[in-house]
Amino acid sequence: MNKDTPEPDNRPDWFGFAAKYAAPIFLLGLVLIFALLQPNFLHPLNLLNVLRQVSISGLIAIGMTFVILTAGIDLSVGSLVALAGLVGAYVSKGGLDNRFAIGAEAATGNPVIYAVLAAVAVGVVGGALQGAAITRLKVPPFVVTLGGLSVFRGAALLFSGGGPISGFSPQYTWWGQGRIGIVPVPVILFFSAAIVAHVVLKHTRFGLHVYSVGGNAAASDLNGVSTRRVTFMVYVIVGFFCGLASFLLSARLNSAEAVAGMGLELDVIAAVVIGGTSLFGGVGSIFGTVVGALLIGVLRNGLVLMNVSSFVQQIVIGLILIAAVAFDQYAASRSRA
Amino acid sequence: MSILELNGITKNFGGIHALAGVDMSLERGQVLGLMGDNGAGKSTLIKIIAGSFPPTSGTIKLNEKPVTFGRPREARDAGIEVVHQDLALCDNLTAAMNVFLGRELVRKVGPFRFLNRAAMNEQSAELFADLKSETRPKDLVRQMSGGQRQAVAIARTRLSKPDIVIMDEPTAAISVRQVAEVLDLIRRLQDAGLAVILISHRMPDVFSVCDRVVVLRRGTKVADKPIGETSPEEVTGLIIGAIEAA
Repeated sequence: MNKDTPEPDNRPDWFGFAAKYAAPIFLLGLVLIFALLQPNFLHPLNLLNVLRQVSISGLIAIGMTFVILTAGIDLSVGSLVALAGLVGAYVSKGGLDNRFAIGAEAATGNPVIYAVLAAVAVGVVGGALQGAAITRLKVPPFVVTLGGLSVFRGAALLFSGGGPISGFSPQYTWWGQGRIGIVPVPVILFFSAAIVAHVVLKHTRFGLHVYSVGGNAAASDLNGVSTRRVTFMVYVIVGFFCGLASFLLSARLNSAEAVAGMGLELDVIAAVVIGGTSLFGGVGSIFGTVVGALLIGVLRNGLVLMNVSSFVQQIVIGLILIAAVAFDQYAASRSRA
Repeated sequence: MSILELNGITKNFGGIHALAGVDMSLERGQVLGLMGDNGAGKSTLIKIIAGSFPPTSGTIKLNEKPVTFGRPREARDAGIEVVHQDLALCDNLTAAMNVFLGRELVRKVGPFRFLNRAAMNEQSAELFADLKSETRPKDLVRQMSGGQRQAVAIARTRLSKPDIVIMDEPTAAISVRQVAEVLDLIRRLQDAGLAVILISHRMPDVFSVCDRVVVLRRGTKVADKPIGETSPEEVTGLIIGAIEAA
């Protein structure tokens, strides 16, 4: 069999190294540049602010990593966040009667835990419905979740009558605005979730099956992996994170709105893809997604500090997303050669 | 006593009759060559035995007990392993993870179960050593040669203690040297008392390892005889239809 074993290539594989660590290298480069151009950038409060800003879209990006690893996509996350956030807020307030009440009389509804459970339940059910449509009706994920983007947004508008539900108890807003020590609560949740998700993906059977389904769904099925169950579950997982994120977002803004999370899918998918997870499935990691989320956060923050218009930020993030996928394609074609 | 017995297996896909009343039996320690032209029904027959889909009609008996398989997993649990033509490997996973895919070894930590990668790597290394393959457990399948990929797919069948191993064109896409290795492996499976069904287009392979040959043509069985009572010429004639039946 010797003859057919490729000769080991002992030359240093600079391209392979750069391809593997492109996102972290780029992130470090950005941090350096912003630190040099704008000394305030490295101030601990600013860095914590960046972390706080990325933690909500970052949480959803963790769920999205599971979906994209199976070669799926979820475009509906922004809309699901709006709907779940409203339902959570509604439960917190115990109805729509005092939807605008702020201050002391805001804290009259149900305990915060009910609001969290309601928001998460909406997220999970929304994800499960989409997962069922994808696995049972065999509609491609792109189409199902594009439909979901419209359906959930419409449902959110219908549910709220278009207006916000705002003014929550301090116990509620603590989850979005509070700190433990100096670290914002959402940041702690983001990193905790990232660690758990990493362990699930790399060290459990389910995680291995997420990779195998994305690598070769037919082969996975032949080997007894339930492709259908795995695919269904990844949409439930991203739905769960949408529910959790919707609660944190409403807690941070002290308001839930039907127009919340507009365009959120861009930041979420960009974080995952820039972090090196392949849209073709089977390759990627939570570590990459965390780096991707930080990269977008740092970019936005740095550009703000340098007084670059938010319109330009949109353009830059879009271009980096395209560049990341182009690079992914190029690296894939090189490794096949 | 036959380990596998098929009676009147018929399969229709819409208006297409892929198989029409095929009977076949297999003994322990026997290597059966299954031959036929493209579209003769070989793959359909194999997929029915392996549980990919059920027959339209007909019965399957395993160890003289009737069985029906809803999924490939059930056939595997019943002792039927398949080496698929495309090998059914996930390129993005390591050799060891491919070997154990669907029946991973886990370690319990409190209420959680975690993959036991160390044990899977170790056992895979032993399986590859048994096969005299230099495949390394931690290498990604994407980076492997055709022979190494074959070794991964074959190693997978040795995890359980199957009664029947079905090999779909195992020698179609590998070098001459590796063909000899695969044929050796088939003989070793036979020595261990397993029954093997070998689907092949290569006449020399069939005549060097098989005890019996079954020829399918347009969904029907046109020959089923001991290898000693036939010849490559006759089998070729049966495959292409120059000889009606034998």
